[in-house]
Amino acid sequence: MKLLRRLLPHPYLTLLLTLTWLLLVNGWSLNSLLFGFMLGVLIPFFTQPYWPNRPRLGKPLKIAEYILVVLMDIVQANIIVARIVLFKPNADRRPNWITIPLDLKTPEAITALAGTITMTPGTLSADISDAGHALLVHCLDAPNPDAVRDEIKQRYERRLMEIFE
Amino acid sequence: MASLFEFLVAAFLVMGGVFGIVGSYGLIKLNDPMSRLHAPTKATTLGVGGVLLASLLHAAVFEEHVSIHELMITLFLFLTAPITANFIAKVHIHRQETRETMPPAGEDDHWATHDKPEDEERRTAGRPDAAQ
Repeated sequence: MKLLRRLLPHPYLTLLLTLTWLLLVNGWSLNSLLFGFMLGVLIPFFTQPYWPNRPRLGKPLKIAEYILVVLMDIVQANIIVARIVLFKPNADRRPNWITIPLDLKTPEAITALAGTITMTPGTLSADISDAGHALLVHCLDAPNPDAVRDEIKQRYERRLMEIFE
Repeated sequence: MASLFEFLVAAFLVMGGVFGIVGSYGLIKLNDPMSRLHAPTKATTLGVGGVLLASLLHAAVFEEHVSIHELMITLFLFLTAPITANFIAKVHIHRQETRETMPPAGEDDHWATHDKPEDEERRTAGRPDAAQ
């Protein structure tokens, strides 16, 4: 068991890499499955020093829900931002920094949250505080920064909390 | 029936193109560096997304094979785009801002981009495991 842990430090990553390889090949064959699995074993093994902790997944099924919510938001927010870019004069726009206090603790969860914030247009994660307790987000147009902060915490952080912790 | 799908593919292509143009136009129109950064993140989501959806549909309906490469492109974009945006934002924070011009960092003292080696020492000095 201990040997297995040493050889497979990140089982989820192994699974993900194998799957990614199969999707890249764009077809199904035993050859590509074996080669993908080989990559899935070798890459986590050699990059192990950079990921000392094994991320925990609390409720993996919630990931599907999270992805759907984010995709819907991306479509909606794209239209909002396109309207800001096309029709709103720069003088009326209120760009703003907002600070989001973080309840998430694991680096994986915070990375996922920061990525989500950047991908949903209108907000952009720029920095993290020195001890990792707050995230700095830039808003393209936020007359009410507190509302944006509450929405990010409610919509994304709460769901990530369920997935990762 | 086939023409309906042709319309759909064309609609997705146009949608992708329009969002691509809006993203590029935003780069010119927006007037401060941090706001400009918002424009390219848009082009990669719906702009590229529209073209990928069109390609997916075209492969499934007209070439009669299911192609999943488009999904991989989306996945890789979603992984890399936030990181490049973050790097550019960090360059801006380094060059244009100081600790004083930045908003307060919540319960912490400052933002990580402005961290200096002596801050690291100060943080670890307070901790019981600092001796290791």
